[in-house]
Amino acid sequence: MKKDIQRRKRWDAIFALCGMVALMIGVLTFTALFVDMALDGVGRLSWEFFTNFPSRRPGQAGILSAWVGSTLVMLTTAFFAVPLGVAAGIYLEEYAAKNWITDLIEINITNLAGVPSIVYGLLALGLFVYQFGLGQSILAAGLTLALLILPVVIVATREAIRAIPQAIREGSYAVGATQWQTVRYHILPYSSAGILTGIIIGMARAIGETAPIITIGALTFIAFLPPAPLQADAPFLSFDWLMSPFTVMPIQMFNWTSRPEAAFHANAAAAGFVLVLMTLAMNGLAIWLRYRLRRNIKW
Amino acid sequence: MSAPTRARLARRRARILRERLIETVLFLAALVSVFTTVAIVYILVKESVVFFQSVSIVRFLTDTQWTPLFDDAHFGIMVLLSGTLTSAAVALAIAIPLGTVIAIYLSEFAAFKLREIAKPFLELLGGVPTIVYGYFALLFVTPLLQRIYPELPGFNLLSAGIVMGIMIIPYVSSISEDAMRAVPMSLREGSYAMGATRFQTAIKVVVPAAFSGIASAYILGISRAVGETMILAVAAGMQPNLTFNPLEPAATITAFIVQVALGDLPHGSTGYQTIFAAGLTLLLFTLACNIAGHVLRKRFREAY
Repeated sequence: MKKDIQRRKRWDAIFALCGMVALMIGVLTFTALFVDMALDGVGRLSWEFFTNFPSRRPGQAGILSAWVGSTLVMLTTAFFAVPLGVAAGIYLEEYAAKNWITDLIEINITNLAGVPSIVYGLLALGLFVYQFGLGQSILAAGLTLALLILPVVIVATREAIRAIPQAIREGSYAVGATQWQTVRYHILPYSSAGILTGIIIGMARAIGETAPIITIGALTFIAFLPPAPLQADAPFLSFDWLMSPFTVMPIQMFNWTSRPEAAFHANAAAAGFVLVLMTLAMNGLAIWLRYRLRRNIKW
Repeated sequence: MSAPTRARLARRRARILRERLIETVLFLAALVSVFTTVAIVYILVKESVVFFQSVSIVRFLTDTQWTPLFDDAHFGIMVLLSGTLTSAAVALAIAIPLGTVIAIYLSEFAAFKLREIAKPFLELLGGVPTIVYGYFALLFVTPLLQRIYPELPGFNLLSAGIVMGIMIIPYVSSISEDAMRAVPMSLREGSYAMGATRFQTAIKVVVPAAFSGIASAYILGISRAVGETMILAVAAGMQPNLTFNPLEPAATITAFIVQVALGDLPHGSTGYQTIFAAGLTLLLFTLACNIAGHVLRKRFREAY
């Protein structure tokens, strides 16, 4: 009997050890990935790396067109995904009646979250690039990534809204506010931090997406910048950049990784290092926001 | 009716109208997800129909060669499917055991502090761009494996699969853990009161009670592994190869789409349409996974 108990306790300890080891495998892999890339790439990180165009000579190649392209694509993505996602989230939580249309929308959102990103690329290739005639432009890429992260934004918006107690809404209605006034002055402000967390996580995912953008046929070698959005003369704002060809950070990295020369691999490592830092910073910010939120709000 | 009343009624009408308008706009935004699904199915089916007019479905499913861009074109999806399934199997062999152990450990064993640190960390692991994992597989894991097994080719399904498995761990572990944490404390307390150890409680009480959630975590893992693109395109090579041996290089469905997209195929050519047929295969596969997950969740849900 005593032996039995001891044996079971031993198994308990063995499993606890296994758990630690499994967790450590994750941690070690991440560390190896980060350190390996930092060691390979840090020698290439310099001011010129950020201000040079890609080049056939690895020593002079830089990521100027890639980071500018990524920034512009992200702006376009946010412009479409944020209003659409938040509006859809508000509708489903605050307005939707319990009927088959609502069910259909909800099933669709769950399903879309599980569709591989490359399928979105095919959608964009058939729809945006050829059907709508947008070509391989920043606008087509931004729209594609916006559709891709829409489920993330919607789910985050819904969760943030669901956390608001019913009493807040009732209080607002009791003083005569309409539904939209309740949403505008109470629901949205109180859920904004949670929504922001979801938006940041979605954007962090979009900035690292490679497959859908390759599928729409983005070029890998771009040695020019899209037209500047700010112009010297009236009307000062220009949207020509939306239709411009482009490249983004992950595609630039893919291009350098798939070359045989080791010198380009160093460039890939440096670009990957910058990319990982960007996504880590965004995800870290989102996690921190959520942590603060959980501590500060007590309804 | 007096003038003030009329004015008030007019304001009221305007307000109701505005409310209706806003609701309609919000509703249209929610409908975008439905349009997206319809558009995905429409585009994939439309291009695939043209494709299947020149290539019969029987040949598509039974041919053992995949050479769509050659003069002597063969369209055997089996070839790409073998690469996809082999790499997914390697990935799942890593992700399911490790993800499950991590989930049980975090939910049943680990101290609160450790869990608070480990969970965000795992989330960060899942947030790393896949192209970075691809770089890691090709230039770190493959050389490492070659030191153990020198005959391993530079492109292979094994290292891509291993790295993909590690990438999937956070998806599997976080959903499984949520499912286990949803098991009520009283069940555990009952088990402890009977003298069970934590390990016995975890395996015999918590895991069976959370089975539906854990199963849907596995299924999500499968659909991630099947749809993953960049790790395979970078590290597994783009050579179509009918094989179930992870030590060989082979193209997957996703890698093939990338390969075609990188070249410049004219719009409307058979080569262009093959990627939509390949994409449709992929979509059907992940859709089947999603439905299976849904059914499992429904059927094995334990309500408390």
